[in-house]
Amino acid sequence: MAAVSMTVNGKAVTGDIEPRTLLVQFLRENLRLTGTHVGCDTSQCGACVVHMDGRAIKACTILALQCERAQVTTIEGLANGAELHPMQAAFREHHGLQCGFCTPGMIMTAVDIVNRKGNSLDEHTIRNELEGNLCRCTGYHNIVKAIAAGAQAMGHGLVAQAAE
Amino acid sequence: MYAFAYHRPTSVRQAANLLGKLDEAKIVAGGHTLLPTMKQRLAAPANLVDLNGVNELRGIERSGRSVTIGAMTTHAEVAESADVKAAIPALAELAEMIGDPAVRHRGTIGGSVANNDPAADYPAACLALGATIVTNKRKIAADEYFKGLFETALGDGEIVTKVSFPIPQKAAYMKFRNPASRYALVGVFVAKRAAEIRVAVTGAGQNGVFRWAAAEEALKKRFAAKSLEGLAHPAEGLNGDIHADVTYRAHLIGVMARRAVAAATDRE
Amino acid sequence: MTATGIGASVRRKEDQRFVTGRGHYVDDLTRPGQAYAYFLRSPHAHAVIRAIDTGAARAKPGVLAVLTGEELAADKVGGLICGWMIHSKDGTPMKAGPHPALAQGKVRYVGDHVALVVAESLAEAKDAAEAIQVDYEVLPAVVDAGATQTSGVQIHEVAPDNTVFRWHLGDKSAVDQAFANAKHVTKLDITNNRLVPNAIEPRAAIGEYDPGSDSFTLYTTSQNPHVARLVLSAFIGIAPEHKLRVIAPDVGGGFGSKIFIYAEETVCLWAAKKVGRPVKWTCDRMEAFLCDAHGRDHVTHAEMALGEDGRILALRVSTIANLGAYLSTFASSVPTYLYAPLLSGQYDIPAIYCEVDGVYTNTAPVDAYRGAGRPEATFVVERLVEVAARETGMDPAKFRKRNYIKKFPHQTPVIMTYDAGDYHASLAKALELADYNGFSRRKRESARNGKLRGIGFSSYIEACGIAPSAAVGSLGAGVGLWESAEVRVNPTGSIEILTGSHAHGQGHETTFAQLVSDRLGVSIDTVSVVHGDTDKVQFGMGTYGSRSGAVGMSAIYKAIDKVIAKGKKVAAYVMEASEGDIEFKDGKFSVAGTDKSVGFGDIALQAYIAHKFSGQELEPGLKEGAFYDPTNFTFPAGVHICELELDPDTGIVAIAKWTAVDDFGVLINPMIVEGQVHGGVAQGVGQALHEGAVYDQSGQLVTASYMDYQMPRAIDLPSLTVGMTVTPCPSNPLGVKGCGEAGAIAAPAAVINAITDALGHEDIAMPATPQAVWRAAQKARMPIAAE
Repeated sequence: MAAVSMTVNGKAVTGDIEPRTLLVQFLRENLRLTGTHVGCDTSQCGACVVHMDGRAIKACTILALQCERAQVTTIEGLANGAELHPMQAAFREHHGLQCGFCTPGMIMTAVDIVNRKGNSLDEHTIRNELEGNLCRCTGYHNIVKAIAAGAQAMGHGLVAQAAE
Repeated sequence: MYAFAYHRPTSVRQAANLLGKLDEAKIVAGGHTLLPTMKQRLAAPANLVDLNGVNELRGIERSGRSVTIGAMTTHAEVAESADVKAAIPALAELAEMIGDPAVRHRGTIGGSVANNDPAADYPAACLALGATIVTNKRKIAADEYFKGLFETALGDGEIVTKVSFPIPQKAAYMKFRNPASRYALVGVFVAKRAAEIRVAVTGAGQNGVFRWAAAEEALKKRFAAKSLEGLAHPAEGLNGDIHADVTYRAHLIGVMARRAVAAATDRE
Repeated sequence: MTATGIGASVRRKEDQRFVTGRGHYVDDLTRPGQAYAYFLRSPHAHAVIRAIDTGAARAKPGVLAVLTGEELAADKVGGLICGWMIHSKDGTPMKAGPHPALAQGKVRYVGDHVALVVAESLAEAKDAAEAIQVDYEVLPAVVDAGATQTSGVQIHEVAPDNTVFRWHLGDKSAVDQAFANAKHVTKLDITNNRLVPNAIEPRAAIGEYDPGSDSFTLYTTSQNPHVARLVLSAFIGIAPEHKLRVIAPDVGGGFGSKIFIYAEETVCLWAAKKVGRPVKWTCDRMEAFLCDAHGRDHVTHAEMALGEDGRILALRVSTIANLGAYLSTFASSVPTYLYAPLLSGQYDIPAIYCEVDGVYTNTAPVDAYRGAGRPEATFVVERLVEVAARETGMDPAKFRKRNYIKKFPHQTPVIMTYDAGDYHASLAKALELADYNGFSRRKRESARNGKLRGIGFSSYIEACGIAPSAAVGSLGAGVGLWESAEVRVNPTGSIEILTGSHAHGQGHETTFAQLVSDRLGVSIDTVSVVHGDTDKVQFGMGTYGSRSGAVGMSAIYKAIDKVIAKGKKVAAYVMEASEGDIEFKDGKFSVAGTDKSVGFGDIALQAYIAHKFSGQELEPGLKEGAFYDPTNFTFPAGVHICELELDPDTGIVAIAKWTAVDDFGVLINPMIVEGQVHGGVAQGVGQALHEGAVYDQSGQLVTASYMDYQMPRAIDLPSLTVGMTVTPCPSNPLGVKGCGEAGAIAAPAAVINAITDALGHEDIAMPATPQAVWRAAQKARMPIAAE
């Protein structure tokens, strides 16, 4: 067993874990933050995307011990209390989710795209940037719309209401 | 994953000492090949030496004639680097084509070069640009470094510390992605330097990355896509799988090479 | 229509928890004392198990139990079943081989369940599984549907040539005669590629046993928890139905693959009692590739007879359907009654004959996957129609128009009575949205850039809202396919809808609430939908086959009728009027011809406090249930048009524009309906261009991860143009038809018709991968060699 400490969603956390514990296991099993999901074994589906020190990473492909002293943000840490993050609100407004399983990873990826590429995102950029996130329900159509709107809203601090 | 002990050195020297001292030790850099392999229980290191705490391995330096990239520099950092974009835009573009954004935030150039996956992108850049792979023990020319499938000139306990790329006059990388894995099914890196033209092919060879001599010859006459018209790579020695048999791969090498040359010459 | 009623694109109630990561999927649950299960699976496609030595595994740290098929048999746990009886042409019943939840004596596909390890942690369970010694005698294997009957390999004793059934439908002699008189015959050989469903949430189960009450609880990723309980109880014999609670909480996509009762949940339940601890199993993606029921996998020869004027005279179809190594829960129905009855498509075809051989192979079981039989049928019909039009020199749109059914109801020669539709309207709208007239200009533009452009149609039809129980019973179904609902009005006027339908992405919590809002005039915020728990909800049949709108909501509709009727009785007492004078409108009960009225909420309270009437006259309370059995299938139909551009040098296909015009009848929530179309199209495009499960000849699954199985990504798809036409469905009170599968049914033929159009009619099989397209482009380009 090994000791690990990191900051998750602004809170200092520690754990005594087997070195083979992945970050996603630490989040889900030790911290009971089950919003971060596991959908594949090959680092491709993106259901487990979280932010580490401000950048999107796949929590299934990093050991919890590698996150020592890191700042980790999960889907549970995105909203400001009861108020949804603009990207979360945009996914709801534009029907960017169906079963909801890929959604946390999609939203964390989307916020990262905005952080890197800005608030004005064209369709091709969004589709290209979703290379590492699989959705089986939506055909991506509304996810792309939601991300474009969410990106704008992150710039304005509000979500465009008109979906139609 | 099998159980292992985890080590996090903070210097190359410490890392090398750990590798010398520990049994069945493996280095983890970005971890995007090693950790999935360990999850499938196909690799079972007793000790894992994590280079993420070794700050001296990070960073990008540009001199007059070359760009030198620390082994623990991530693909995203290479793709976003103003120095790389200015000096060798093809290299920044290649980095941007690896995996996906989250993978690029973790995956490193050192890890890619040390692993030498036959479908990885960086080996093509190294070979075509005539890079030098610098380790904690020596400098190795790319031509001497890539030895076959997942095989390199690295000895036991040898750690890649940086990769130095001479700045070419013209260069471009064209990648045909494996439809599923998005690794290179065929990737062709062409580079023109004062003295030399090189064409390196990844993803296609049974023994990993290789140079396409016939294309290099043809391009010496004139560095233009037209020079490669009608030039076909032989199917012998290529990989075949469900995504591309050897004939198709051979054909794609030609297409990607022509497109890479066109992209390189169009860059002005 | 209220702002939250039928027809409004209400934002989904369920999204709050999903966008904040607060959903509860099975793997998110942790039960007190939970132990972890790991299955040792067969590495061989076909082998006799000579012996299993679990001794070393049992001695490993953390191990609680190592269980095999021998213990399962000793405990008299029954095998998995196939719930639809198909009879062969000669009247003999299908040959269903034994399907034990843990292998007994033999394994029949790679991934077959050999042993279970239960341990304190998953890692320990995996460590121990490696210590199990299995002595296999490896047998020859067969994986191809077309080869298995003559392979000499015998997978089950009951089926010596691996044939499960030789089934047929239609009038053979009428068809033969029509072909004899045909002016032109179009022939096609078609492979419908095997798909892996790949819901992003892998299957999972937690089995739990309470010795105090001698009862079991199963948390499972199921589309139909009650059917799971019924099968686990009545056939597998885990526990009597009233001693088994099945809970399917949030489920992350199903697409059919979570309908079935699998080995894993069966074994986890049984093991929970043996170990005395809750036993949790979560599938990893590779296991999902190996063991989730796959979809499609047909080999078909099809012929279409044409008359003088381009009219279709008859259809002759012969199909071999790969059912895998065992018969999954509804496997036998998919290539038979969900397939052949749809071969008439949208066309007036006087005679159709279809033969289907269902066969065993050493591959994962095959069962319903989004569309289930109907995509296979549509692909046959729409490829034949397209090729027939080309062969006879007719515009494909015109050819379709000429043959469309124009009068309803229409009786096809293959069982179905289409009740309503307007196929011309859908086509006309699709042609307009797709700018069909501008296609040749765009094709020339593409050619200037060295690209080949093609356009392809798919005029699909499906039979949804499955289904009238008596009808399916006569065709061999082991269950009735009605749905149930209970509308529970609370004293405060808030409402719970208990439904036998199950949502795993469809948005029932919103659409069902919209129905209630619309009919009872209440806010959707006061309505909650309860589903997925056999202890809470009366028996129900679950969600698949685009049935939850047409059947599930119709049951709610019927229950609401009863609530209103009861409310009127209460209102009559409250307002001291005669029951016959009470009207209910816009959430108010009023006395006809007066200004007296009472709101719905007040009547609910009055029903519960029962101060205004005596219990002898009227029962207190306001809660009604209904079972709705449909009177017909519903027949959603439409036209999808795919326009694409392909690069003949690389074989890469880029979809330039997708136009879908669908007639789903009345729309409850257009936003959600369009979302269903998007997702269906993506899966259909996946089948056409990207996806295909490949086994090598030894029976190893080559495409066992996303490294080799290409899932459609965002970059592979364009934004989609979705239009609607509406002919209300006459057979249910809401006029709805169902929309869940349309895209997956329509899309494959549209894509392949477009590619073959681009290639100058060169045929191509699915998936049309870059390699396949490049090869076909080479052939299309090649001058015909002189003999």
